[in-house]
Formats: sequence, structure tokens, C-alpha cells
Amino acid sequence: MKKTPLNQIHRQLGARMVDFGGWDMPVQYSGVIAEHMAVRTTAGLFDVSHMGEIEVSGVQAFDFLQYATTNDVSGLADGQVQYTALCYETGGVVDDLTLYRFAADRYLLCVNASNSDKDFAWLQDLLEKSDFSDLNLINRSAEYAQLALQGPVAANILAKLTSTDLSAIKFYRFAEGEVAGIKTIISRTGYTGEDGFELYCADADGVKLWQELMSVGQSLGLEPIGLGARDTLRLEKAYALYGHEITAEIMPIEARLAWITKLKKGNFVGRDAMLKAKEAGLSRKLIALTLTTSGVPREGYPVICNGREVGYVTSGTMSPSLKKGIALALVETASADSDQPLEIGIRKHHILAERTALPFVK
Amino acid sequence: MNFPEELKYTEDHEWVLVEDDIITVGITDFAQDQLGDVVFVELPEVGDTLEAGKTLGVVESVKAVSDVYAPASGEVVEVNEALPDEPEALNNSPYEDGWMIKLKLADPAALDSLMDVSAYQEFVEKD
Repeated sequence: MKKTPLNQIHRQLGARMVDFGGWDMPVQYSGVIAEHMAVRTTAGLFDVSHMGEIEVSGVQAFDFLQYATTNDVSGLADGQVQYTALCYETGGVVDDLTLYRFAADRYLLCVNASNSDKDFAWLQDLLEKSDFSDLNLINRSAEYAQLALQGPVAANILAKLTSTDLSAIKFYRFAEGEVAGIKTIISRTGYTGEDGFELYCADADGVKLWQELMSVGQSLGLEPIGLGARDTLRLEKAYALYGHEITAEIMPIEARLAWITKLKKGNFVGRDAMLKAKEAGLSRKLIALTLTTSGVPREGYPVICNGREVGYVTSGTMSPSLKKGIALALVETASADSDQPLEIGIRKHHILAERTALPFVK
Repeated sequence: MNFPEELKYTEDHEWVLVEDDIITVGITDFAQDQLGDVVFVELPEVGDTLEAGKTLGVVESVKAVSDVYAPASGEVVEVNEALPDEPEALNNSPYEDGWMIKLKLADPAALDSLMDVSAYQEFVEKD
């Protein structure tokens, strides 16, 4: 199994480790609920070194990315980050990612861990089949450690270790600086819905960065956070997770990601299929549901309308903040938009679920 | 990890307290630790007849769904009504506040296959 540079630290902290897409990762330390609440109320530190990083550089980097990704790269300035996706010609999703612009001719893509090899091969293939030249595509995944520092006091903690003016780094912006003397990309992004940062440093510096952050953060309530709480935190904010809300069989415009799918920007991979699907009328859409009685909706459970199965849960959990079962579900458009009650099938029960405005937790 | 001496144990990590022909059933400290934060519990109803080895209820943590099995056949004579409203009792007090059901045994001899504490401890270490 693949290990991040922090593997030994997780074990020393007594984390429960799991196989996460071929990576030996911590799923929890003290417990999912306590970790979840720490991020909502103080701060949490996540090892996300398993994430992949792909560099795209060269004169035609912009043109290539404009063609390969769904969002409009022309809106991106140096020091800015963009949430975007790679799609197949079918409109299904290869991966979702964040795109960093360092310069007009240099970008970094941060992609899902279990997709990074697939993404890199996909981009290489696109490049070979296209007319783009003067372009370098480098898989830098093994070179970076990445930590996510998330929560209302994340900025206070980070400020103790850096001279970089954090107030100048707005949401979805980044800067290159030093944290505890370590060269770091400081990105004001995250997957929790809280203020916070994603910090990229050299693989060899990952342990030191973690230790320095923990040592200055402890008095402010900083806790190590595993993948269990990472999932409940993102789900309360209804952030998509690859393999669940978006897959090779689900188009971003079906999964509430029309905002990163700029169909009018010009040609890009997957656009034609999505234009066609949109013109025909989308047959299904992602909606949010909250259970009206106790129970835990989970991935794959059926969504039922008037006794008929009309969709399925893509992700579900017991929300630690709301103490209610919450779910994202891919449902036939007609049923989703109707006023007919929806139920989720949990074992032998059908439990009434209310359509919910997103995010679940404001 | 805590495994009281006076209890019997199953390979599915249930504990059993035997009092004449009535048994009290719950999940062990090991089981609750493996599950993590329990957020939902489903119990049978008083009067239900359970068959040994069949599902008696469901315990769900944030991450996982886990069936709980009847250690023996019999009739449910009492359930822990407080548990569905405070499922965290299964984590905090698996042998006391976290008890799940009381079962009137169809055949008291049916418990002979359960493990005693030392056998269960050994079983857990191998698991």
C-alpha cells in the first residue's frame, strides 16, 4: 500500500488506518464526531498528501487547459485557484480538481489521489491526439506533501508560523511563502466549508510542517482529523466527491456543477455531449434530502416516489452538526421537481425525506 | 479493553448475561471500539420471536452498518427503550447503559457454545 510521509505520525497518534484507494490513510483519531466538531468550532489538521499534483506548463498551457477542463480558465489570474473538472467526450467526469495559476504559462492541477494516474494518462492521451505543442505535462504527485488546516481559527494558527500576510490571500487565492521556515504554497481553499488553508510543501518537509502546526495549534484547539470526518464535513456542505456524486457515468451538469461547466466558453472535451443532453432536457438531477425521522441514509439506498424507485443516494451520513440523516441523491428530474413526497429505502423501511436547500449546514 | 468476567461472549462480538432462563444481550467493548461513534440503533419489539444466529437489530456508526445477531432463540421480553435516543451509550457504557434486549430462552442449553471471558479475549487477539 502507498504511504504518505506522515504515515508514522498517524500511527503514533493511534489513528485507525484504512486502505483508501490504495493508500494507507487515517480514518479517525479520537472519533469522527469529535473531530468533525473540532473543525466546525476550532481547527483541524488533515494529511492530504495522497492527493495528486500535475503540472502543465508551456506557451500553449492555457489553450490546452481551456480545452481539457470544463471551467473557464480565461477568468483565472496569477495566484488564483479554480474548481473545475475533466470530462470524457460523453460528458461523464474523469475527475474534479482545483487548478492553480502560477503564471500565464504555468499551472498546477490538484487531483484526487485514486485518480491521479488515470488523470495524468488521460491528459497525456489528449495531448497526443491534439494539435497542441510547446507543452510540458509532469506528474509531480510524489514530490508534494499536502496538509489541510481547516476551521474558524485556522488563520490564527497559521499566522504564528509565517510572515506571509494571510489577510491578503482571499478565498480561492494562493501565495508562495514560508511556513515554519518551509517553502510552502499557501492556498486559501478546502473541503470542509470552513475558513482554512491547503498547504503544499516538499514531500520531505511534510512531517516538520505537521509537527510545527500541531505544536502552535494545540492551545487553540487544533486536532488531527481523519478521512471519516473529512467526509461528513464535506457532505454537510454538499461538496461533490468523485466516485459518488460525479463518476464517468454522471455529467457535472446533472450534479449541480453547472457553475463549473462553462458551455459557452468555446469547445472543450465533453461539451457537445452536454449541450445535447441539456437540449433534450436532463433526465436526472442531484438533490439534497434530510430524513424526517431517525436513520442513516447511505450510498446506494433507493429513493422512492409514490412507491416507485426514482433514484438513489450518492452519499449519505448522520450529520454530526444537525444530528439528522442527510443525503445527496441522483433522482429523476420529474420526481425531483414535483411536490410528491420522497422516501429513502433503508433496509425494510421507507423513511420520508424532505427536499433540502443546500448546503445542509450554512 | 474491558471484558467483564461474569459475561458470555459470541464470535460476532455480542455479550450475554445469563440469569436463569433470561439473557441480556449487548455488544462488546471491542465491537463498539471497532464501530466508532454509534449514531443509530434499531431494536426488535417486545414479543418478537428471535432465532439463534439471525439478526436481532442493527447498530450504525457514522461510517458503518453492523448487524447484531441473536445468541440464542427465544422471545424478546424487554428492550432498552432509551437506547435509540442515546445510541452513544453503546460507546460509553457497552455493558450497562448500552444493553440492547432481554430474551427468554427457548432452550437454556443452547448457550453452551458461547465463549467465556478468557476464550473471548483470545478470540479478539486473533481477530
